[in-house]
Formats: sequence, structure tokens, C-alpha cells
Amino acid sequence: MIHQLPALKFDLDALAPVISKQTLEFHYGKHHQAYVNNLNNLIKETKFENSTLETIVKEADGGIFNNAAQIWNHTFYFEAFSKNGGGEPSGKIAALIADNFGSFADFKEKFAKAAVTQFGSGWAWLVVKADGKLDIIQTSNAACPIKDGLKPLLTCDVWEHAYYLDYQNRRPDYVEAFWKIVDWKVVENRL
Amino acid sequence: MKIIIVTLFGILIFSSFQVNNFKSNNKNKMETLTISETKLVYPYSLPELGYAYDALEPYIDKATMEIHFSKHHAAYITNLNNALKGTDAEKLSLLEIISNISKYPVAVRNNGGGHFNHSLFWQMLTPKSSGAPKGKLADAINSAFGSFEKFKEEFDNAAKTRFGSGWAWLSVDSNGKLFVSSTPNQDNPLMDVADKKGTPVLCLDVWEHAYYLKYQNRRPDYVSAFWSVVNWSEVEKRYEEFI
Repeated sequence: MIHQLPALKFDLDALAPVISKQTLEFHYGKHHQAYVNNLNNLIKETKFENSTLETIVKEADGGIFNNAAQIWNHTFYFEAFSKNGGGEPSGKIAALIADNFGSFADFKEKFAKAAVTQFGSGWAWLVVKADGKLDIIQTSNAACPIKDGLKPLLTCDVWEHAYYLDYQNRRPDYVEAFWKIVDWKVVENRL
Repeated sequence: MKIIIVTLFGILIFSSFQVNNFKSNNKNKMETLTISETKLVYPYSLPELGYAYDALEPYIDKATMEIHFSKHHAAYITNLNNALKGTDAEKLSLLEIISNISKYPVAVRNNGGGHFNHSLFWQMLTPKSSGAPKGKLADAINSAFGSFEKFKEEFDNAAKTRFGSGWAWLSVDSNGKLFVSSTPNQDNPLMDVADKKGTPVLCLDVWEHAYYLKYQNRRPDYVSAFWSVVNWSEVEKRYEEFI
């Protein structure tokens, strides 16, 4: 199957000033697109030629995994944003966060720490473990929690390309601003 | 039979002596190099850049150089000093630490590598590049890779295909032979954890912070621009000191 770049549900300038239009033009239009193009080229005449993206992420390694997982990660990252995002979660997700981390503020602090301290390129994640408990993890480069049987709820891309045009070396500022565009309804629907 | 065993034993002892002797020669050579990053000691501080932030324009822009040097490199130094404060490693050179990096916490590997690699990288660059190596280095490149063009192709490939953050290297191995490799994050070929170990003579930073303000997703354009600012006389000096 031919993998496609999924459409964004917001305009490229909708997330500014948290994430600028210019950053999204490159991040979505170039990086995300390049992972799609690379994957389509790499899987030709391999056993993954007709596999779903999720299957490839779970079963492949090397370049095929890197590109497939980066498509999955970026789609998941962009999907959770809205120009009307921010604020605090409500309903079931709010209760789970309070149960697992003490409070929303404690959760944010722990998630931000994971995002800021991930060394090199990678991602910070809020995930549901097999036992139903929530956890915060970091992954390096393209690594994706679904490969380890975890259910991701939210991610923050901390590859430098995600924030360098807007924040340069100030990754903590990017992570702090990130909360203003998180659409908690999307996160709740992932439960 | 006895003679055979004794002979084999003799060969074993002799080979092991040769290997140890070689390793120790290698180490001594590193310690006697005049190159500055082999002398780095605690507490670490920013080296002299040696040229203005805008000196490498248009290949590497002023804003990138300023942030890369005064923010990124400075942060590795602060974090390294914090990681080593009050430990026995305060008394060691950064080179000694790096050579045994598997024995240290990950913060030392990341920030020690970050300080060492950037200290080396700034010296690899000059606004007055000669464009190509000369002398013994040029000969060694031709002999190891076939030609300067073929070497550049291999180095470019290492720089472009390093997935995520990392570095591309031209190094000398323990037999004196040149080889190209890449390492993830802030690792380098001197670290005991490196897949291919050697002494670096040329390096290129391919973390996105090294090029994103000017080249964004176009890492290949940055790699290609790098060749216009390589300080070949510094690379030659390092190679000639090592062999």
C-alpha cells in the first residue's frame, strides 16, 4: 500500500505563536512528508509492501522502522493540537492523571522534565501501561511506544527540528508553550 | 608435541606484548599531541573560537555560530562540570575520561562528549579554507579511499545518513589507517563504546542545531557547504602528529 501524508486538521498558522507557521511548513511539509516518501521507497518489493503502518512499526527495524515510526509519531503529535487547546483536562482523563500523578501540575512537571532531559533527538510520551496505569516515558530518535505494547495518549516531539526555528536552544520554553495547544478532548478519546 | 605447545605459548605471549605495546604507543601519542582538546581539564571552560561568529558566512551563518558556541557548547560545559564536581574524575583529563567513558554516568558521556567534540569542531573550520588537503594527508586519503572525491562521498554519506543527532568523523585507526564513521548524539571514536575506534582528525556536527536556522531540513546542503570552510591545515597537522 502507498502511505500518505495525513491532512492536518488546522491551518499552518493556527498554532502560532506556540509553533510558528514556518516551523509547521518544514516540520509537516518537509520532515513528515520525507518520512512518507522514504517509507514508500523503502518498502517496495519487501514483505512490508502491503502492510499497514502500525504493522510496520511493530515488526520492522532499521530504515523501514525509522521512517514508519516517524510517520506514526508525527501524525500522533500533530493530531493532539488545536488553536483552541490548552487549559486543563476534564472527565476521565483528568481523573486518571490525578490518580496516577497526584495532580495535573505534578503530571505536567514530570512530563516536561522527560521532554527537556531527553538527550539528542526523541520524544516524550504519556502512555497507558498493560496494567492500566499511566506512565511518562522518553524515547530516542524514532522509537515508538506501540512497539513495546504501550498505549500512547500524548507526545511531545523534542527533535530540534520541532522547535529550533522558534526557540533555538531554549527547549524548556517550547515545552512550556506546548501545553497551550494540547487538545485534551483528543487525548481523552485515545483512552 | 611439547615443542609445539611451547612455541604456541611463545607466539601468544609475543602477540599480546605487541598488542599492549601498540596500545601504549597509541595512548602516549595522544598525550603528546599539541592539539588543544587533548589538554582539557576540570573545571572546563569555553575555548577561544579563533574567528568571529560571522567569519564562516555564507556557509555557516552568524546566528547559528553564536548560539551553537555560546549556548549549546557552554551548556555542555556547565553540565559536565556539575556532573564531575566532587568526583575523582576532577583530577583526570577529559581525554582520559572519554577513553573509559563506559565507566561513567550517562551525563558525563553526553556532556563530556559534547565539550570534547565541539572543542574539536571549531578548529575544523576556517574562513580561509585551502579547499583540499595536501602532503601526507592527501596521500593517505588517496590511498585509503581511492581519491579525495571518493573520500568526500563516503564522509558525506556518513553525515547525511546518521539518523537523529550525531557526528561524522574521519579518524586514524590503531594501524595508522584512515577511516570514516559516524556516531550518535555526543559519542566519538575515542570513546571505548564506539563501534569503530580511532583518533579523529576531522569531524562534522550533524545535530540539527548545527544547521537548522540556515538549512532547515536540507542537511545535505549543509554538509556540502562544510567543504568550503574546512581547515585543512589543522586536519593535516593532526594527521601528521598522529602517524
